Amino acid sequence: MSKILMCGNEVIGEAAVQAGCRHYFGYPITPQNELTAYMARRMEEVGGVFLQSESELAAINMVLGASACGARAMTSSSSPGISLKQEGISYIAGMELPAVVVNVMRGGPGLGNIAPSQSDYFQAVKGGGHGDYRLIVLAPSCSQELYDLTALAFDLADTYRNPVMILADGMLGQMMEPVTLKKINSKRVKKPWVLTGAKNRPARMLRSLFLEAGALEKHNEKLQEKYRRIKAKEVRCETYNISRAEVIVVAYGSSARLTKAAVKMAEERGIKAGYIKPITLWPFPEEVFINEKDKDKRYLVVEMNEGQMVEDVERCAGDRKRVSFYGHAGGWIPQVEDIFKRIKKLV
Amino acid sequence: MGKVVINPARCKGCKLCIEVCPRNVLVPSSKNNHLGIYVVEPKKVGECTGCSRCAMICPDVAIEVYR
Amino acid sequence: MKKVFGRTRTLRDTHTHYCPGCGHGIAHRLVAEVIDELGIRERTIGIAPVGCAVLAYYYWDLDICEAPHGRPPAVATGMKSVNPKNIVFTYQGDGDLAAIGFNETIHAANRGENITVIFINNAIYGMTGGQMAPTTLCGQVTATTPSGRNAERYGQPIHVAELLGHLPGVTFSSRVALSDIPNIMKTKQAIKKAFQAQMDGKGFSIVEVLSPCPTYWRKTPVEALKFIKKDMTKIFPLGVFKE
Repeated sequence: MSKILMCGNEVIGEAAVQAGCRHYFGYPITPQNELTAYMARRMEEVGGVFLQSESELAAINMVLGASACGARAMTSSSSPGISLKQEGISYIAGMELPAVVVNVMRGGPGLGNIAPSQSDYFQAVKGGGHGDYRLIVLAPSCSQELYDLTALAFDLADTYRNPVMILADGMLGQMMEPVTLKKINSKRVKKPWVLTGAKNRPARMLRSLFLEAGALEKHNEKLQEKYRRIKAKEVRCETYNISRAEVIVVAYGSSARLTKAAVKMAEERGIKAGYIKPITLWPFPEEVFINEKDKDKRYLVVEMNEGQMVEDVERCAGDRKRVSFYGHAGGWIPQVEDIFKRIKKLV
Repeated sequence: MGKVVINPARCKGCKLCIEVCPRNVLVPSSKNNHLGIYVVEPKKVGECTGCSRCAMICPDVAIEVYR
Repeated sequence: MKKVFGRTRTLRDTHTHYCPGCGHGIAHRLVAEVIDELGIRERTIGIAPVGCAVLAYYYWDLDICEAPHGRPPAVATGMKSVNPKNIVFTYQGDGDLAAIGFNETIHAANRGENITVIFINNAIYGMTGGQMAPTTLCGQVTATTPSGRNAERYGQPIHVAELLGHLPGVTFSSRVALSDIPNIMKTKQAIKKAFQAQMDGKGFSIVEVLSPCPTYWRKTPVEALKFIKKDMTKIFPLGVFKE
């Protein structure tokens, strides 16, 4: 299949269309506007529904409504807009509805700037909204992964009745890169909970409110059981040379691309280096770190933020002294040479 | 000629039915329901015309009307 | 003897959590009766709000969904976009619709979403303990306006039915009251018109229902109905603002 050149944000949109998404709701925000515009155009072509909402709050709740009626629904935004969506995401998680939410991250906090960033790791992975819930968080690092993981997101959302977040950033969203638009064979998941009107069956109710004594605890335990299943089955991670490496660089998304180049540079200079690229940020690939028996190995975590995923690496590596961090927030992009220098320092 | 049947389990004793009954059929009773509420009951049953005003104002749909 | 008044199919036979004399019970019944009389129960989806009516999904025997506070019109928009043949209605209080969710309300109305909104205006926040609503009357004492609502600080109560009536996307906007038998009957007629408008694909329909909250008005149920008639309707005139 031939490759075509496409902007990252549009790749996400095309993957959604190919995965059967026919309901998109969104509000413009830089640097993901190409996605909104692409969906507006494509939904017209495929007979789907595109709606520019009055706010991110409205958009996520339109997704909630469409999903409650059985549609594969999606919204997208960038960091400040994703903050607004947190209320709806918490409800969607509590009500156990499938949904795909795309965050093309930009610099924060507050209005921040429109440069690429990875500062929403905590928000995506540790909660963001209120309550004990989890998002499945997928972190693409190139256009092909934008395509493949967006398609996967819809299957995971339906399978687990859970919101899934694509955590990209402004660089991935804006970048033009060759991509193969493979035919997507979406999973067909039965949805016996969908609201259609109570015809020839008992009425259905979708809610996250459980006021009866012990009911909310029970509901939460059910959710936790689901999260344990997801953790057992859905961890995705790419590793390179970790058994031989003295220094293992840990990075996801845009910083993982640059990391790969830095690791190659180190190898060319005779340094034993490898990398771990988590693809699912939640569930986090904990086992890769826990199973590493060689306690002399060093981890270098590279993030476009002030240190967020590094806390998970420290937790899983079990020894904070083995873990170093290299990163900055505010639209900073690491240079390959600088990552290489830090690898060299750790040898 | 009508008849009202008040479900004591649903009655919350708000007395709106008493207020709207044109024939003063209904009265507060001295009987408690399971919530400890003094429920309303029909007294002058022969007066009831089955007009349903009591049922229409009852917020708890505790009243059935026959005619 | 024949039964001339009983519980309609769509209203579950269950105890409600509402206080004695609360208008929600009457409004729930009217909505259920309209749905049954129009024969649309099997294709209707309801959306319950946040507020006193948060548990409405226990009371209607319908497919029903909750929504975050104020967001029912957005949820309804999403639902209706999946299957336009479904009849989708929201049931919202004055905090839900006119405060936290006014943006969702205005825009769903302006888009002319083919949905029906039942708006319960009782001029107070019941669920949280009797605080001021956007529709609280000037001078009305609430938990957060202990000296009465002051128009200089909070402005005048918001007139939702009139405001929405101005929007071209709105096909039906009416204000009714649960103050006495004739007005309860008019309320039912208005709710029926609103649902009928949706069935006919005409666009956004809203019925603003002045409804008693005896508990937080610090009145008996009988006094509460008199308050609607004497005080509330002076500020919130009844009528049809768009048809």
